[in-house]
Amino acid sequence: MVAAEETGVFDRFKPSTDQDALDELELKSKKYLRGEAANLEVLQDKKLKGQLAVREKLYGQSAKAAAKAEKWLMPSEEGYLEAEGLEKTWTIKQESIVREVDLLSARKAFDMILPELGPYTQEYTSSGRYMIVGGRKGHVAMIDMLSMDLIKEFQVRETVRDVVFLQNEQFFAVAQKKYPFIYNRHGTEVHCLKEHGKPLKLQFLDKHFLLVSVNSFAQLHYQDISTGEIVANYRTGLGRTDVMRSNPYNAVIGLGHSGGKVTMWKPTSVKPLVTMLCHHGPVTALAFHSGGHLMATAGMDRKIKLWDLRKFEVLRTYSAQAQTLDFSQKGLLATGNGSKVQIWKDSGGHEYEPYMAHAMVKGYQIGKVSFRPYEDVLGIGHSKGLSSILVPGSGEPNFDTWVANPYETNKQRREKEVHALLDKLQPETIMLDPKKIGTVRPPRRKEKKAKKEAEDEMEEAIAAAKSITVKKKTKGRNKPSKRAKKKQEEVFKAKRPFLEQPSEDGQPPAKKKQRVSEADELPKSLQRFARKKTA
Amino acid sequence: MKVKVISRSTEEFTRERSQDLQKVYRNYDPILRPLDKALEYTRAVNATKLDNIFARPFIGAMDGHMDSVSCMAKNPNHLKGIFSGSMDGDIRLWDIAARKTVCQFSDHKGGVRGLAASTNGDILVSCGTDCTVRLWKVPVLKMMDSSHSAGEVLKPTERYVWKHAFWAVDHQWDGTLFATVGAQVDIWDHNRSVPVNSFEWGKDTVISVRFNPGEPDVLATSASDRSITLYDLRMSSPARKLIMKTKTNSICWNPMEPMNFTAANEDCNCYSYDVRKLDEAKVVHKDHVSAVMDIDYSPTGREFVTGSYDRTIRIFKYNGDHSREIYHTKRMQRVFCVKYSCDASYVISGSDDTNLRLWKARASEQLGVLLPRERRKHEYQDALKERYKHLPEVKRIMRHRHLPKPIYKAATLRRTMIDADKKKEQRKRAHSAPGSITVEPFRKRRIITEVE
Repeated sequence: MVAAEETGVFDRFKPSTDQDALDELELKSKKYLRGEAANLEVLQDKKLKGQLAVREKLYGQSAKAAAKAEKWLMPSEEGYLEAEGLEKTWTIKQESIVREVDLLSARKAFDMILPELGPYTQEYTSSGRYMIVGGRKGHVAMIDMLSMDLIKEFQVRETVRDVVFLQNEQFFAVAQKKYPFIYNRHGTEVHCLKEHGKPLKLQFLDKHFLLVSVNSFAQLHYQDISTGEIVANYRTGLGRTDVMRSNPYNAVIGLGHSGGKVTMWKPTSVKPLVTMLCHHGPVTALAFHSGGHLMATAGMDRKIKLWDLRKFEVLRTYSAQAQTLDFSQKGLLATGNGSKVQIWKDSGGHEYEPYMAHAMVKGYQIGKVSFRPYEDVLGIGHSKGLSSILVPGSGEPNFDTWVANPYETNKQRREKEVHALLDKLQPETIMLDPKKIGTVRPPRRKEKKAKKEAEDEMEEAIAAAKSITVKKKTKGRNKPSKRAKKKQEEVFKAKRPFLEQPSEDGQPPAKKKQRVSEADELPKSLQRFARKKTA
Repeated sequence: MKVKVISRSTEEFTRERSQDLQKVYRNYDPILRPLDKALEYTRAVNATKLDNIFARPFIGAMDGHMDSVSCMAKNPNHLKGIFSGSMDGDIRLWDIAARKTVCQFSDHKGGVRGLAASTNGDILVSCGTDCTVRLWKVPVLKMMDSSHSAGEVLKPTERYVWKHAFWAVDHQWDGTLFATVGAQVDIWDHNRSVPVNSFEWGKDTVISVRFNPGEPDVLATSASDRSITLYDLRMSSPARKLIMKTKTNSICWNPMEPMNFTAANEDCNCYSYDVRKLDEAKVVHKDHVSAVMDIDYSPTGREFVTGSYDRTIRIFKYNGDHSREIYHTKRMQRVFCVKYSCDASYVISGSDDTNLRLWKARASEQLGVLLPRERRKHEYQDALKERYKHLPEVKRIMRHRHLPKPIYKAATLRRTMIDADKKKEQRKRAHSAPGSITVEPFRKRRIITEVE
């Protein structure tokens, strides 16, 4: 009896676990489907319907295959940091983390004290393998982060404001005192980009091969580095700024201005795509989530705000200060202020909570924080050199060999460069919603309101017009009759747009109908003799 | 405190020895691949451009005839064999792969007008203006060895003299009968010196004949009285007749849908008909600017090739109203006959300039053996083109063809004339009593009557 009951229970549980596995797979494959399936029910054409149904099925299969690959074939797992007991994750010191992790990972945390040529800024390649470092007083160095070898170090003997990698580690651009320069990995100057003027910040859009700079006259330059052509040159007209980031999701450039505005730019329009008033005071930092729908801004008004870029609405406001912001691949947000770094983590529903904190030696001013892709490492450039700390759970654990490979060989790098050039995107493909490319623009049609709805609206408008209190006028103009007349006029004005609308069956209102029908009655050849105006 | 960080050892993620393959790891997460739609679109545009760059359809010319090539026949036994007959009475068997003559069949005294091979490929039937039908034995072994000496001359096995000049011949599918046309339609047997049956409907010359590939006893002919006639050999008289406004030069049945046939017409168009419903054409294939001389279906039944008096060859989809492809060269003159090869990958044309020309059916196709990676790449590019073919830029590049100036001008002129006619018709309708002028679709307009 007991055994039977047990088997019964077992039977009841077994399918549910299967169901769970299926649900999990479903949930995972949703990510790979890239949006909703087409609605085939509305299609009239049977043949097309059949073809599309086959295609949708294929999409589903491939998404499921990708989900299964994600579940079973990924070689590495995400990092994590969990507190035990009364401990909080943000009280855990770097030293104790370094002590706990393996030797290989412990090597990734370091402090490089370079007191003379700072403050420093730094940047990683998209694979996270190489780092380029720029000291304000002209110190430029490139480091292989895998072997911790210094590849090249040189002194440009000019102010260095920003450094960026171009398509791979072979070339990088440096924003110097008067112009941006392009150097190769041996430190040889390859180009001087005089058209850009005095650059404050550089960004590189790798899919488009566009180098973007904002100069001290607040001009935005886009230059195609594969052809050398200046694609666009726009005046922002909002004052000098060095807050610039590109949105990885759609390659739109975001600029933060001293008036508290954030503007978003594409190379094919003179005016910004979006202008948002984000802060009551200068914007100090800006960062985009790699999913593309989340933006973080920090302002001098001691606020850090998270924005939804689909609705352009603020999601969360935190009272904190930051000179620099960065999102990691897994969505952690790093903020740098003074000599303190704070890392925030999404606890669900874009509710960011403190996750880790790190304090540098007092007096160090943090200039830039940036997460190293595919690693649990945060790089910090500050006034007295460079630091690197471990942030468990920040990086994507599994890289794709064909997207960004930290272990790339020379041959693979060359191959990839050729393919990147073949697939180079045109500047026109930069837009707010990149999914729009290749789709059909839906026909613009106003939705017709139901009769009852229209009537209700009219009544409402009339009631609103009636309730307007007329101001008292001077003597003679304030007669009751005149006031009544005025009120009547107002009511008529409110009524008019509703009366002029075509009625239910699509016919224009009665007065117009007469005029049109006269011309319609005549045969086409005689229509030109129809009376132009009805008397 | 529990902590774990990502830690990869280089040894684990790189190959051990230089002989090993490089290790490949995949992560299909869409977040790692932003702008994927734009990338795909760019690839589609590039694939379309590459298609135009690699469009080299002309493979080679086969010369040897001394007069214009008037007719051709496929050798059903050998993929690389094709027969051609010319107006000086010469018949040649060609090896398409080597582009050389295998042997010559010369006995005709006048021009050869018709060629047909039996379905098993043993017997070749030829007829011509010298009022004779000749039967030839096709040399089989000749096709096998590659070191054949060109120009061996063969003699006919049979020679039947008849009372009128012949215009065309076609062999029955899976049978021993063949039909010749001229002043009348004659049905012959391999072993009889006189026709076993003759048909006549009207007094005009019949100019082309084709047997139905599905129903061996059904054949269609076109005559110079602008008619297309259907015959059934099981009946004593012709079955149906369709009279159009202009003459049909050639007919071809769709081998996959044998109830449909396409007629190459003198008015620059081809008309696809369903035999069961002859009162209107299913599709009108427009694009040529001069009379269409010959037509042949691909064995897949999805495409057909036409040769025209305007010195071009066009390839149409079986249901497409405009051509998919146009082929021309400076040296090619009026095209009198075209054939689609039996593997649907080549097109052969015979023209006034005494040459046979060999073309690829898909202009940018890569010939030869493809490596699997290469093949996958082609498949990917084809899929991209298919997906984005309706977008304006892709469509424009895909449709673009260089046309010789005379053709371009003639096409412009034709379009102007057609537009003018259309406009006139519209005005006429506008100035007449409503309903007094009925509009007929073009599919019906070129048909005069259908006679049972």
